[in-house]
Amino acid sequence: MDILGSVALLLAFLAAVYAFVAGIVGIVTRRPLITKSARNAGMAVFGLVIIAAACLEYFFFANDFSSAYVAEHSNRALPAYYKFAALWSGQEGSLVLWTFLLSMYAFLVLFFNRKKHPELMPYVGVVLAGTQTFFLTLNNFVASPFRMLGNMDAGGVMRLASISDGHGLNPLLQYPEMVIHPPMLYLGYTGFTVPFAFALAALLGRYPGEKWIHITRRWTMIAWCFQSVGILLGAHWAYAVLGWGGYWAWDPVENASLLPWITGTAFLHSVMMQEKRGMMKIWNVWLVFVTFMLCIMGTLLTRSGVVSSVHAFAQSSIGGWFVGFLIIIFVVCCAAYWKNRDYLRSDNQLDSLVSRESSFLFNNLVLLAACFAVLWGTLFPVLSEWVQGSKISVGPPFFNKVNIPIALFLLLLTGVGPLLAWRKTSFDALRRNFAWPLVGGVVAGVVAFIFGFRDVYSLICMILGVFVTLTIASEFFRGARVISSRDGSNIFTAVGELTMRNTRRYGGYVVHFGMVLIFIGIAGTPFNKDIQKEMSIGDTLNIGSYSILCQNFDAVNNDNYESERATLEVFKGGKSVMMLYPERRFFLASQVTETMVAVQSNPFHDLYVVYAGRSPEGGKPVIHAYLLPLVKWIWFGGIVVVLGTILALLPNRKAVLVLRPATETSWGGAISATGSAIGAVARRADAND
Amino acid sequence: MKARSKFLIGSGIIVVTLLALAYVGFTQSKTYYHTITELSTLQGSALHQRMRVSGNVQAGSIDHLTGRVDFILIEQGKTLPVSYVGHDPLPDTFKDGAQALVEGKMMPDNRFVAEQVQAKCASKYEATPDGAPVSAPARNPGQTSTGTNARPSGY
Repeated sequence: MDILGSVALLLAFLAAVYAFVAGIVGIVTRRPLITKSARNAGMAVFGLVIIAAACLEYFFFANDFSSAYVAEHSNRALPAYYKFAALWSGQEGSLVLWTFLLSMYAFLVLFFNRKKHPELMPYVGVVLAGTQTFFLTLNNFVASPFRMLGNMDAGGVMRLASISDGHGLNPLLQYPEMVIHPPMLYLGYTGFTVPFAFALAALLGRYPGEKWIHITRRWTMIAWCFQSVGILLGAHWAYAVLGWGGYWAWDPVENASLLPWITGTAFLHSVMMQEKRGMMKIWNVWLVFVTFMLCIMGTLLTRSGVVSSVHAFAQSSIGGWFVGFLIIIFVVCCAAYWKNRDYLRSDNQLDSLVSRESSFLFNNLVLLAACFAVLWGTLFPVLSEWVQGSKISVGPPFFNKVNIPIALFLLLLTGVGPLLAWRKTSFDALRRNFAWPLVGGVVAGVVAFIFGFRDVYSLICMILGVFVTLTIASEFFRGARVISSRDGSNIFTAVGELTMRNTRRYGGYVVHFGMVLIFIGIAGTPFNKDIQKEMSIGDTLNIGSYSILCQNFDAVNNDNYESERATLEVFKGGKSVMMLYPERRFFLASQVTETMVAVQSNPFHDLYVVYAGRSPEGGKPVIHAYLLPLVKWIWFGGIVVVLGTILALLPNRKAVLVLRPATETSWGGAISATGSAIGAVARRADAND
Repeated sequence: MKARSKFLIGSGIIVVTLLALAYVGFTQSKTYYHTITELSTLQGSALHQRMRVSGNVQAGSIDHLTGRVDFILIEQGKTLPVSYVGHDPLPDTFKDGAQALVEGKMMPDNRFVAEQVQAKCASKYEATPDGAPVSAPARNPGQTSTGTNARPSGY
């Protein structure tokens, strides 16, 4: 099997190189047969990578510990789903996952567009093949997953060796999210390759118009959705496993996943400027380039330990390859831009400060500022070492100081932007659209203040959250009212009908609402409480309205781990409400200690209890209890974001009453934003993507 | 005034505000990373900055006292006496020979007062050279596999 896998990987590499070279030859010589063969080679890569990945999975499921990778990352007793997930538990396998997902995207893109866009697709194929070539180079020649364990026998000949059981999967990774979080995040990282390939292709091929944006809009949304899910799952994993009562620490590896998400978000908004008004063409192309480069850089930061080397002691030699690839991408992008910059001239100018255009511009400005701040803070240890010779790291206060105001400003724009008209909005329209939501927001702010929301940022976040929710609700309501008055359906049916007629617009609103929920969840952070106490049996600890009685401490030992466990009874208002069992497990095989947090969650707060070990002085057990308000809203908001994105990906239902020919390019946003839903009804389905 | 110049002024205000916030956040949270060897060469204000120092815990040097834990970090033959004064229990990985990262300040008597200690069992990392949990891309290897009592703020 190792030979089959290695050969498949090698053939995949050759196919990718062929697709790259033949693709260029096909473009230069304009011979369709060569172009076609390059495309077929590009699609074949996927099949070959499937074989390679399947071989590696076979080793895991067959418990074949002659494979070095399997021996390092699995053992016989490992449950099947962790064996499956162990594929991406190490460097070599993660890179295989990258290549696998990238090839899957490439296959789908090449397959679905095989009869379309004959001027554009050859360039797309070349860019995709180039990226695949890089990762397959790593898979084949730098970090091969098919290294076998070997012994030198008496005659000096290498023989295959096998060990009886593997070293096992790092217990910290043995958590359900291990199965799903890395693939989600990688689907995000790799997915941004598609818009990148189309943008670079359109620029290189001087492909006319905004078509590449129409073609890639859905691909970008898919990648963005996966990236969002990946980030949130990672946050949830950290929350559930690490035991410090938080979900985000501005850690370099977290930041690495956030950066392309930020620029991807900026791109999803600014493309609308190009579609509707022919503006910001240079900006959009560079946003896509930067997003892709940040994806590669994210992988670099995760793999190489360049930045986190202050507290991660592991190093790997793979960083240089990524730096080289980044430089190549940057040079290619610059060259393509410089050569074809005249093709990106803007059709329109900004007309008014109170317009949809300017809200998008501000949105992009602050998103990029956030991206820059996070990047700067993440890379600062490296930069300061180069410049000053001393390594300086910056902590959460830096990131929070900059990003909280940015996030709140974005939240404001989320409410204001979609209701502003293109070009120019009158004061009257402003008052009509915003008066009630604003009143609602202020009332909510007063109520929140009375209930003890005394942190200024959280208070602003509450006010804006309610404001945005009300603007979204009023958009749905106004559109639905028009439909229901016309066909007599009730308002709820009309909301459904309205949404399905313009999924992109209303799906977008649902995503915005999901973000509001996430923001409200985050706004609970300043009210976190925690208390730490040395406890003996019979002791009580009070936090918020709960009191926690320590009933017992015991040890749970088995072959896998030795565990210290606390049995705690939680009382509220004198009544016993639940039992919690926080644990601390010491895994024998890997000599790693893992905290098993006990969490009791409801919409108002999470009670989060950690058995923190024994105190430095007396050796008594220490219980650390946290009361974390509103955390659940974050995870719930994440689900809403996903549902909204799926909604926005659905094709539009044709309106029964079409007021304009379906082929005409519409400016529906402008019309509906002035208070009528006719524009929304008439908005053309994005039929060509 | 044209919309374009209004937009530029607005952007300017935003950017300047953010730069000011960034500067404040930076000065509040910057932490210098030094090796034990470098510490003896530091002078003046550099000595009083907040810093991180890493080294191995000298065998037998851990001394549990009331309210603090004393130990000695050793790196390339140079030693650094450390007093841990934080409230959190020390990580389980903190023991003789472990690699530790301490964060805090130097005192005039050349004792390092640490508010945070992270530790990693050294032998584990010799066994697996790339043993960081690389499969968890959104997590920091240092955090997931380190017994840590660092407690970063939320958000």
